[in-house]
Amino acid sequence: MKLKTLLGTVASSLALATGAYAQTEIQWWHAFTGRLGDLLAEQVEQFNASQSDYRVVASHKGNYSETLNAGIAAFRAGEQPHILQVFEVGTATMMAAGGAIKPVYEVMGEAGATWDPDGYIGPVKGYYTTTEGDMLSLPYNSSTPVLYVNRDLFTQAGLDPDMDLSTWQNVGEALDGLKAGGVNCPLTTAWQSWVHLENFSAYHDIPFATKDNGFGGLDTELAFNGPVQVQHIQAMGDWAQDGKFFYAGRRNEGGANFRGGECALFTESSAGYAGVKAQAEFDFEIRPLPYWEGVDGAPQNTIIGGASLWVMQGHEAEEYAAVAAFLNFLSSSDIQAAWHQNTGYLPITMAAADQTKAEGFYDANPGTEIAGMQMMGKAPTGNSKGLRLGSFDQIRGIIDEELEAVWSGSKSAEEALGSAVERGNALLRRFEQANG
Amino acid sequence: MEKRVTFKGWLLPMLLLLPQVIITAVFFFYPAGQAVWQSLFIPDPFGLKSQFVGLGNFEFLLNDPFYRASFLTTAIFSTLVTLVSMGVALFLAVLADRLIKGSGAYRTLLIWPYAVAPAVAGVLWLFMFNTRVGVVSWYLGLLGYDWNHVLNGNEAMGLVVVASAWGRISYNFLFFLAGLQAIPRSVIEAAAIDGARFWTRFRTIVFPLLSPTTFFLLVVNIVYAFFETFGVIHTITSGGPQQSTTILVYKVFSDGFVGQDLGSSAAQSVILLFVVGLLTVVQFKYIERRVHY
Repeated sequence: MKLKTLLGTVASSLALATGAYAQTEIQWWHAFTGRLGDLLAEQVEQFNASQSDYRVVASHKGNYSETLNAGIAAFRAGEQPHILQVFEVGTATMMAAGGAIKPVYEVMGEAGATWDPDGYIGPVKGYYTTTEGDMLSLPYNSSTPVLYVNRDLFTQAGLDPDMDLSTWQNVGEALDGLKAGGVNCPLTTAWQSWVHLENFSAYHDIPFATKDNGFGGLDTELAFNGPVQVQHIQAMGDWAQDGKFFYAGRRNEGGANFRGGECALFTESSAGYAGVKAQAEFDFEIRPLPYWEGVDGAPQNTIIGGASLWVMQGHEAEEYAAVAAFLNFLSSSDIQAAWHQNTGYLPITMAAADQTKAEGFYDANPGTEIAGMQMMGKAPTGNSKGLRLGSFDQIRGIIDEELEAVWSGSKSAEEALGSAVERGNALLRRFEQANG
Repeated sequence: MEKRVTFKGWLLPMLLLLPQVIITAVFFFYPAGQAVWQSLFIPDPFGLKSQFVGLGNFEFLLNDPFYRASFLTTAIFSTLVTLVSMGVALFLAVLADRLIKGSGAYRTLLIWPYAVAPAVAGVLWLFMFNTRVGVVSWYLGLLGYDWNHVLNGNEAMGLVVVASAWGRISYNFLFFLAGLQAIPRSVIEAAAIDGARFWTRFRTIVFPLLSPTTFFLLVVNIVYAFFETFGVIHTITSGGPQQSTTILVYKVFSDGFVGQDLGSSAAQSVILLFVVGLLTVVQFKYIERRVHY
C-alpha cells in the first residue's frame, strides 16, 4: 500500500516535471501592489494563456527602491530575474551597469521579433534610449504631472471654477481668492522635486543639469539653481508662509488631503487619476500643469516619471526568446490601451493612443487626454528629453530636504537650491568615479 | 585562599571554547573584516568593477558637514532615548514595587509594548501625530499649537525619541522591577526605623543597590538607540527634515541601499564600529567603577 502510494507520487511528479519542462519559464520582478498589482497580474495571466511555449512568473519585491535593491543583490549572487522593473530615477544606474543588463534592442534583435521602436511616443522612448538611438529598456508605466482642481471649493470660495489656471500668475491670484474665501488648503503637491524642479525645468526649457541633463555624459553637473527655478521655488515658499501652499510630505501624502476634499489645487502625477476618481466626493477636473508667463519657450513639454523594464544578463538564449515574446506582447496596442485607460498612465505607443481615442475614452473621461497632450505638444529639446543622473534617488532626497527648508521659511530659495546643487554634485562626482 | 579549578591539558578547554570562537569568527570577524576591506574601495552597485581609493571614502565622509552633524544628532538622540526609557521605567517600577493588589495585571499590561516591532511602533506614533489627521496633533491644534514634524526638526526629534523609547520602557521596567525586588526588605526596614523617609531611602539605599541593573540597562539601551531604532526613524521621518533625525546607522542604510554607494556605506560602518567600541570601553572603565555588586 505504502509502496503503491509512493510510486504513484513519483509517477505524477515525473509527469508534472516533463510537462513543465516543455515551457520556458521567465521571472519578472516588479514593484506594484494594490490595483496596479492586480492589473499587472492580469497581463501576465493573459500572456500565459495566449500561448504554451513560455510562462512568465511575476513576483512583487517591495517598492521601487526595494525592487532595484533586490535586483542588484540577486545579480551579485547570480540569481537575477530575467526582467526587472526599475523606476525612471534608477535609469542612469542601470545604463552604467553594462555588464549586468542586456539592452532591449539586442534582445529583440536576437529573437528576430517584429518590433518597431519608433512606434513609441517620443518623450517616453527618449528617456530610455541612448544618444545613438538604441533602446535599452522597455517603457512600461509612464506618467507626467498635471494639475487637479477641486471645483466645489472654488465655488465655495466665490471663485469661478472655470477660471484660467494655465499660468502660475493666475494660480497665484486663485490662491489669494481661495485663502480669502476660507479654504484652509488652497494648494498642495505630491513629488515636489519631480513636479516643481524636474518637470518645471523641462516645461520652461531650462536645464536641470548640464550636458543635456546628463544624456551627454557622466561629467554632468546640476544646474537647477537658475533664476527661473529660484523665482518659482521662492513663490512657492512665500505661499507656504502665507498658508496658501500646504506641504504634506515628500511622496504623495498630499493626495489624501486632496481626495478628502480639503485642498483646492493639487499638482500630482497623471497616474493619480484612478485614485482621485474612485474617492473624490466632489466635482474635480484635470488641467495642464501651469507655467510662468513671460519665460521664453514655456510651455515646452513635461517629462515622464514611472518605470521601465530592464532585461538582465546571464540567461539562456531560449529564455531571452521568451522575454522578447513577452515584451512584444506588453507593447501591443490592446494591452497598452487598456493599461492607459485603467491606470491614468500615459499610452506609451502611438497605436495605443489612437485606439484609446477611437474608442471614445477621452470624450467619456474629460481631462485624461491632457497628460499626453502636454508631453507631446512640442518636439523635446535638450532640456526636456528627460534626466539621466547617477545616484538620483539620493539627490532627490537632498532636494527634498532643501525644499523643506524653504517651505518652513528657514532658507531662501536661492540658498536652498544652491546648497542642493552643491551637495548633489558631490554625489554625481562619486557616481562618475564608481562608473567611469 | 582562592580555590581555582584548572584543566589538566589544553585540548579540552580549547574544544569547549571552539563553538564560541567559531560563531564570533563567522558572524562577527568575517563581516567586520569585509566591511573594513570594502571601505577602501568605490565599487559599482552590481559588483562588476571596483576601484581602490585607500582612505578616500573616509576623507569624503569627514568632509561632509551633514555627516559630521550626524554624530551630534546621534548623541542627542541616544541620550534622550536612554534617559526617557530608563527614567520612566524606573519610576513605574518603583510604583509597581509598592503595589500590593493587582500588581500582576499592572505588570502584564506594562510589558505589552515590548512585543510591538519598532517599525510598527513608528507607524502607530506617526498616525497619532500626523500633521493633518493625527489625533494628538488635532488636540494640539485646539490648544493653539501647530504641530508639524514634517518641517520642524525639533518636533521630529521629539517624536522619534518618544516612539523609540516607548517600546523600550517595558523591557527596562522588567529589569528594574526584578532588581528592586531583589533588594532585601530588612535593609529598607532598618533605614525606615532609623527615620529615613522614602526619598532618602531611595537615594542612599535603593538606587546604589540597583546600580548593577542600571549599568546593564545603560549599556543595552545605548546599543539599542544606536542600532535598533532604525525602523522607527525609517517609518516616521526617513531621517528628515533637513537630516535632523539622521542618526549614523540610518545614514549607513540610506547611502548603501538608497544611494547604492557601498564604499561610503562600508566606511560608515567601520566608523560606527569604532564609536560603539569606544563607548563601551568608556562605560566599562569609568561608569562600572561606581557600580556596587
